[in-house]
Amino acid sequence: MQSLSDSFLLAISLVFSGDQNLWEIVALSLQVSLSATVLACIVGLPVGALVAMARFRGRGVLLTLMNALMGLPPVVVGLLVYLHLSRSGPMGFLGLLYTPTAMIIAQTILIAPIIAALSRQVLQDLNAEYADQFHSFSLTRGQAGRALLWDGRFALMTVALAGFGRAIAEVGAVMIVGGNIDHLTRVMTTAIALETSKGDLALALALGIILLFLAMSVNAAVQALQQSAGRWAHG
Amino acid sequence: MRDAAIMPLHLQDVSLHLDGRAVLDRITLDLGPVGCTMVMGPNGAGKSQLFRILHGLREPDAGRIDWNGSATKDARWRQAMVFQKPVLLRRSVAANVDFVLHARRSDRTRVSALLDLVGLADKAGQPARQLSGGEQQCLALARALATDPEVLFLDEPTASLSPASVRAIETIVRGALDRGTRVIFITHDAGQARRLADDVVFLHQGRVAAHGPADTFFSNPPAGVVRKYLAGDILN
Repeated sequence: MQSLSDSFLLAISLVFSGDQNLWEIVALSLQVSLSATVLACIVGLPVGALVAMARFRGRGVLLTLMNALMGLPPVVVGLLVYLHLSRSGPMGFLGLLYTPTAMIIAQTILIAPIIAALSRQVLQDLNAEYADQFHSFSLTRGQAGRALLWDGRFALMTVALAGFGRAIAEVGAVMIVGGNIDHLTRVMTTAIALETSKGDLALALALGIILLFLAMSVNAAVQALQQSAGRWAHG
Repeated sequence: MRDAAIMPLHLQDVSLHLDGRAVLDRITLDLGPVGCTMVMGPNGAGKSQLFRILHGLREPDAGRIDWNGSATKDARWRQAMVFQKPVLLRRSVAANVDFVLHARRSDRTRVSALLDLVGLADKAGQPARQLSGGEQQCLALARALATDPEVLFLDEPTASLSPASVRAIETIVRGALDRGTRVIFITHDAGQARRLADDVVFLHQGRVAAHGPADTFFSNPPAGVVRKYLAGDILN
């Protein structure tokens, strides 16, 4: 077993050596998690906007449910997607199990509630400010919802970032539906788990370093965009 | 062919209670088809709540509102309202006007003309929320006028603005009046009411304390609360 310092040095050299295996894993991780984030935004943002604007009986129960779904356990989501995509499941004929598509589906299910619940909170505050004016303009619900989404776009970037952070860091769901197959469905988190169990701390640490770097880079980029563009729009 | 005009307006026994208090108490009022009506009265008299009801932002508890035979929900499409604190979208000046034109399926090439009308043509590309208070209110007016309203509600649009901004807004309002827009305007400024009003409605404690032509209202104000208010007394 390597010492921690040896492993760390090896990890750094792996990162800068352009190791094909390592970067293949990184690329697939980004592909899966970014796709899941985009899909979850397509589903979650309109739901968030709709619930932010609507007043109906049972809304409180729905809000509680939406908030509770933010804490969906990844392994449970993975198991449910597995049951649906496995050969004997209702969507087994699609042959998606152990493919990146299955991993995207699982992560989308995992983070769509996060996007919906957080965007609902952001857009509800914005709607409280705009509602009378929108009513005065006689906007339809669709027009008002689209305007809220556009005017809340900088705050919603943080929401999308929270979803991406959850997706890129989760291991349980993608492990179950992806199977951690080398050169096919192996992503950073599943590779870290595997290499750690094998005792190859260098590769695990290298992936860990890249994962941290990616998370911080995406965070910093979104924050910079928010500050510059947000200042322009909000005045 | 456009439907019949929504003015004149008739209110019959319109009441509103908030937190167990009568904010509007059996308001009965007739407003004619043209000109500028100034709504005056001390804070808490019910002026803004009356506007919210007339503009369909709130339902009254009781009473009847007749927009020349139409209900408020049908008439709202043909009204516009400018609030005391303008709510501008987080977009450029031009995009704020374009938003309304697009939403109303109106001619979007009118953006420049509307900004020109309110003196903001040179600030079209600026963020709307970075305008001064007076400019923000002018932009809110441009957006309201973009809907080609038959009736324009103005809820203290010049409160806390500089004299130059007040003058600019009054010029825009006069222009709208000249084009035939019916203006209903809340103000605490008696001078402004003298300059713009054709008739004045004075509300006090949720009731119409006086309603009449502006010249009579100011030259020979009714005794009691109106006279005290115009003399600068603080009313409850």
